[in-house]
Amino acid sequence: MKAKHQRLWLVVGALTALGGAGVLAFSTLGEKATYFYAPSDLATGPAPTDAIRLGGMVEKGSIQRDGETIRFVVTDMAKTVPVTYTGILPDLFREGQGVIAEGRIDPATGTFTAETILAKHDEKYMPPEVAGAMKKTGAVTAGN
Amino acid sequence: MHRYANPTRFLKIARVVTPIVALLGLALTAAGLWIGLFASPPDYQQGESVRIMYVHVPAAWLGAGGYMSLAIASATALIWRHPLATIAARAIAPAGAAFTAICLISGSLWGKPTWGTYWVWDARLTSMLVLLFLYLGYLALSASEAEKGGEARASSILALVGVINLPIIKYSVEWWNTLHQGSSISVVNASSKIAPELLTPLLLSVAGFSFLFAAIVLMRMRAMLAQSRVDARSRRMAEALA
Repeated sequence: MKAKHQRLWLVVGALTALGGAGVLAFSTLGEKATYFYAPSDLATGPAPTDAIRLGGMVEKGSIQRDGETIRFVVTDMAKTVPVTYTGILPDLFREGQGVIAEGRIDPATGTFTAETILAKHDEKYMPPEVAGAMKKTGAVTAGN
Repeated sequence: MHRYANPTRFLKIARVVTPIVALLGLALTAAGLWIGLFASPPDYQQGESVRIMYVHVPAAWLGAGGYMSLAIASATALIWRHPLATIAARAIAPAGAAFTAICLISGSLWGKPTWGTYWVWDARLTSMLVLLFLYLGYLALSASEAEKGGEARASSILALVGVINLPIIKYSVEWWNTLHQGSSISVVNASSKIAPELLTPLLLSVAGFSFLFAAIVLMRMRAMLAQSRVDARSRRMAEALA
């Protein structure tokens, strides 16, 4: 076997081993690397007492303003969690749009008190006229 | 393949190809950015800040694609010991690092008005930052190896190990919940969730950035080959004088 073939197999073998190690590491890492929980994730098991991030859609028609405080419902189309927040909202925070709230869930009432609100953007990009036309034909729901 | 690994032959071809690639890159980038920044509609949700995409997306693709080519060049250098492969790898690394940095900075500037934050530690943003650190590590290691005049063995191995980060970047938005949105463009299905008015300037600037990247790499390779000739000549002259 020529030296360069030996080196080729060495590199291929090392990369295969590395890939295997990566797969093992990721199967262990799993959910720990997730940035936020969906309402369905919180519905299974006891409510976490630590600060967590909750992500989902702002349910349509759920926003209630009470001075500086805002109440809304986060949904993942299966489960919902009511959220209260006091402070400045990002521009893209609106009904039907993705949102990530950082804060704690009250185990007694199930209400999530947010300390930070981030708007999540989806992967669809289009001019306003197109979005307007599609909304009329029902191809796109508002803010989706 | 071996024919083109000859530095003299490479220089002959590169001298002709470099200006063509550079001009193509400049023209396509100018067209893409002109349409993207001035002559295309805003987005229905983001408004004008969607225009950051025309810089951010090509920079991201070339940061990751550049790393793939760095790894291929490093594997070639390790296995076949082609002298040009090490030079190619060393030429690619700073360009890839620069595009990755542009991606991170432009993304951060887009994040503030859109998400409400410059930075979060989600899987996509973190893995992209790791890519920048891989480039910087490679640059530091290969600079010290080049100084010693030895083979680029340790830096080539580092480049290969870092490849594992590329699928993590690509699939981070599918494997985990992230603040970063999922992919808008699928090469496999040839489909896109971007309206044609916004997609055209994006693809133009992706093509332009790619040619610019190639031109930077070719220019750096030619400069490095010229430098090694100068070094060899001055060594010979010093020996003749001694």
